[in-house]
Amino acid sequence: MSTEAETSLKRTALYDLHIAANAKMVPFAGYTMPVQYPEGVMKEHLHTRNHAGLFDVSHMGQIIVSGEGAAAALERLLPIDVQALAVNQQSYALFTNPKGGISDDLIITRWAKDRFFLIVNAACKEQDLAYLQQQLKGFDVHAVADQCLLALQGLAAKEVMASLAPAACELLFMQGCRAEIDGADCFITRSGYTGEDGFEISVAAGDAQQLAAALLRFNSVQWIGLGARDSLRLEAGLCLYGHDMNDDISPVEAGLLWSISKSRRIDGEKAGGFPGAEIIFQQISAGVARKRVGFRGEGRVPVREGAEIIDDAGTVVGKICSGGYGPSIEAVVAMGYVPTELAVPGTRLNAMVRGKPRPIVVTKMPFVEQRYFRG
Amino acid sequence: MSNTPTELKYASSHEWARLEDDGTIIVGISDHAQQALGDVVFVENPELGTTLAAGDEAGVVESVKAASDIYAPVGGEVIAVNEVLEDAPETINADPYHDGWFYRLQPTDIAELENLLDADAYVQQCEDE
Repeated sequence: MSTEAETSLKRTALYDLHIAANAKMVPFAGYTMPVQYPEGVMKEHLHTRNHAGLFDVSHMGQIIVSGEGAAAALERLLPIDVQALAVNQQSYALFTNPKGGISDDLIITRWAKDRFFLIVNAACKEQDLAYLQQQLKGFDVHAVADQCLLALQGLAAKEVMASLAPAACELLFMQGCRAEIDGADCFITRSGYTGEDGFEISVAAGDAQQLAAALLRFNSVQWIGLGARDSLRLEAGLCLYGHDMNDDISPVEAGLLWSISKSRRIDGEKAGGFPGAEIIFQQISAGVARKRVGFRGEGRVPVREGAEIIDDAGTVVGKICSGGYGPSIEAVVAMGYVPTELAVPGTRLNAMVRGKPRPIVVTKMPFVEQRYFRG
Repeated sequence: MSNTPTELKYASSHEWARLEDDGTIIVGISDHAQQALGDVVFVENPELGTTLAAGDEAGVVESVKAASDIYAPVGGEVIAVNEVLEDAPETINADPYHDGWFYRLQPTDIAELENLLDADAYVQQCEDE
């Protein structure tokens, strides 16, 4: 990589802490981000599930949308029941496009009747902000400047939070609250991207180092890089934008129909009215030709993104969109798109890895039990 | 800090080669390489009887993160592969220079060893990377 490209990479406010922790930094979505620390992906992954992992995800976009009638306006862009969201309740959502594809996925939280907080993917954040500003004229739409996002995930996350911000431990999965940690004003939600119970904490950049230090003071907490974040979300069966879904893949194909609120479906009281609704409704009633499924590899050969999926006759029937070794289940796991008739758990196929067919079996996801706290 | 034994020869592609008393050559990957790769989860060694030229692709080592090719540091016929790695690829991380060896060659021309780096030159290369 050229020096120019390196110097143009953005740093999060936690950069110095990553360097001090001997992180291996890599370019990611315009940022230099920690992909792993000296322990390595495998140990970091297991540490998160068994103890608690701290992730710097400050590269993600944090956007505020406000103004009278913002909920109804957002429903023109998102296929969820924004108006039904209670204050401090959050929801997973998709930005659909006019052809029924997915232009990004996000988490939206209602902060007040007319005020919403959106967390979007780092690689899409400029595009998302421009789209929101263009579509929501008359509303205040802005990225939160100088704000960090930390995720605390895993078995011990609750215990840690109980001593720093006890109120946050009262939250159920997908709820949020404001709380002070060591004098820093935080917005904490019970959410994450690992399949574990845990929290995401939005905090001013100026307070982020101090907050991270307060969390790392617990023996159970250690830094976890983007490498383990990827293997954790894969085991949890969670999609990664740009890999498992994109502009040309619909929510129906991606198996994300659950993210479209009942009230927004064809028989709902607020049916349609979001980009691509007609195409998506047509797909729901007529079915789709391909679907995203999970796979377990039978051998030890990692099956990775881009590998072709073949049937018994050797015909290419699909492609792997995410895959690798799952440290917690100690097996090869992957996701891919296959014709709907093959999208049945137990179906045996092969993935081509370096010219050799490697047996894979369609497997229900998640691969590990999700441990979200639902009360 | 990685370990680089002085009795071995190194390829710039991070394999080591050790000349045995019987004239065969054992090949593995360096401590520096295993550290950079991270936890190894799978190894694809060359098939027994394959004849490799120096620099040929000889197999693949896969970590949790990614797949990396391994190359033949010198030419020769593959006369043994380390079967331990099939079920315990993590041996490469634990002991890259002994139990974590990859394969054994009957060299075509033992003088090819002279084309490889000695430990000092290899350490220098790793520092320059």
